[in-house]
Amino acid sequence: MTTHRLATAALALTGAALTTLIATAHAPEPQARPAAATHRTPVELGAYLVKTMGCNDCHTPFKLGPKGPEPDMARALSGHPEGLKMPPPPALPPGPWLTLNAATNTAFAGPWGVSFAMNLTPDKETGLGDWTEEQFVQAMRTGKHQGKGRAILPPMPFQMLGQLVPEELKAIFAYLQSLAPLKNHVPQPVDPPESQR
Amino acid sequence: MSTRRTWVAMTAVMLGWVAAASGRLAADRGVEAVAPPRLSDTGLYADVATLAIDPRNRPFAPQYPLWSDGAAKRRWVRLPDGATIDAHDRDRWDLPVGTRFWKEFAFNGRRVETRMFWKVTPTDWAFASYAWTDDQRDAVLVPASGLADVAEIAPGKWHSIPSEAECRACHDSGRTEALGFTALQLSDDRDPLAPHAEALAPGMLTLRTLLDEGRLADAPADLRTTPPRVAASDPRERAVLGYLSTNCGSCHNPASTIASLGLDLRYALGTTSACAPAAIATTAGHAGHWAIPTAPAGTSRLLTPGRPDLSALFVRAKSRRPSSQMPPIGTTIADREALALIEAWIAGGVPAAAACPSPVSMH
Repeated sequence: MTTHRLATAALALTGAALTTLIATAHAPEPQARPAAATHRTPVELGAYLVKTMGCNDCHTPFKLGPKGPEPDMARALSGHPEGLKMPPPPALPPGPWLTLNAATNTAFAGPWGVSFAMNLTPDKETGLGDWTEEQFVQAMRTGKHQGKGRAILPPMPFQMLGQLVPEELKAIFAYLQSLAPLKNHVPQPVDPPESQR
Repeated sequence: MSTRRTWVAMTAVMLGWVAAASGRLAADRGVEAVAPPRLSDTGLYADVATLAIDPRNRPFAPQYPLWSDGAAKRRWVRLPDGATIDAHDRDRWDLPVGTRFWKEFAFNGRRVETRMFWKVTPTDWAFASYAWTDDQRDAVLVPASGLADVAEIAPGKWHSIPSEAECRACHDSGRTEALGFTALQLSDDRDPLAPHAEALAPGMLTLRTLLDEGRLADAPADLRTTPPRVAASDPRERAVLGYLSTNCGSCHNPASTIASLGLDLRYALGTTSACAPAAIATTAGHAGHWAIPTAPAGTSRLLTPGRPDLSALFVRAKSRRPSSQMPPIGTTIADREALALIEAWIAGGVPAAAACPSPVSMH
């Protein structure tokens, strides 16, 4: 149990780090890095936090650009594309490899099964449109969907986000709610095969 | 385990002088929002050496206990001297400021944790959890973030002390309720089929004793003449509805932060329905957000009378996978006794569902 938890935590962190590397490789050179205190509104602070904390790395699908994979900002933060039906993940050979990522970097297979990055845009049917601020803050604090539902699965680093102060989490939610809603129904997680449980 | 033991031992030593300096926190010293460092400082015990309970702390046992992986639980409440409970709402009592609850969890004959929550203002409760030391002489305050894997309760299954955020997920910040201390839970008309029912021991508080002692203000008169019970088509359905109310209804109810899901599994005494109880009316035939992976496309429902395999309510209660288990907090082992009861109820056709009109599909 403990080993499994350690592996899960390590995988989450490793996944986040890797995806950040991919994303930053294509990011433009930053201008002056503003301090959080300079943001005048919660939406501005939320935009800053979303950009700097890597939310796009998993929640914005990657496409293949001239220089390799890059986030498809036309579908920013809309999660795993509804039209991309993932086949069952291939079995890995014995050895240290443990996880698989989709080319979009929105689907992840590992000991927990298969997880899909959620649609964070405020679409009422498929995104965060019917979430409340309290649910979002509690979700980051507890690691539970809507604050009290199923477990939020790797590689979502809620443990890190949960360390933010409430004002920062509320700012992230305010920014996400300010986005244009994109209708994109993300699949529910898939449990691992019985033999791997 | 060794890390946990080391942590508990170190904390016990380090905090010893703090407790000695600050003295015992007693309810009659006033309401404090800060938890004492040791359980023995909370006022639970009259004699710390023998762990004799202070007689002002009254034991009670809800008729539909929450499943906690088979933990043996003991519960006590202390009501402020002379204070009464506003009981005009039979489904939600308003407890006086200063009310304090304790709940002790034991596995395999050993105390593991004791949780405490107490009312500090008319709208706020404070929460604390204490981990028992290996010598079983006292328990020490754990961090608000909780403490993982404090006791192995079955091969490969560990009990964890929940974080304060997890406590509040069920008790709901802002509208905290003592989930096991209600008119229905304390009713003297106890359900003999309730899973894991606990026998009433001498001295335990019940609805009748609270009435007799004048502790319930503005209580509806019929609470005395007709102790509340779950109205159902048959005894099995009564037990199922009571079980769902305790184990699911604290989150799935119209006042919850996730009310938008539409499920209402809390049994309400104060409402009457034209058809079935809310737990059936809001689930039978309704599609939920989550689809049963093994169900043919379009057939998964929250509750499908006659088909446990097509009833997400049952499938998720049976699951202990992170992606689907219900309840998501406080349990790592499925409740076999309750699952057998619920499965038989669904397979038997859910008698009360017949009284409902055709459900409107949920998104």
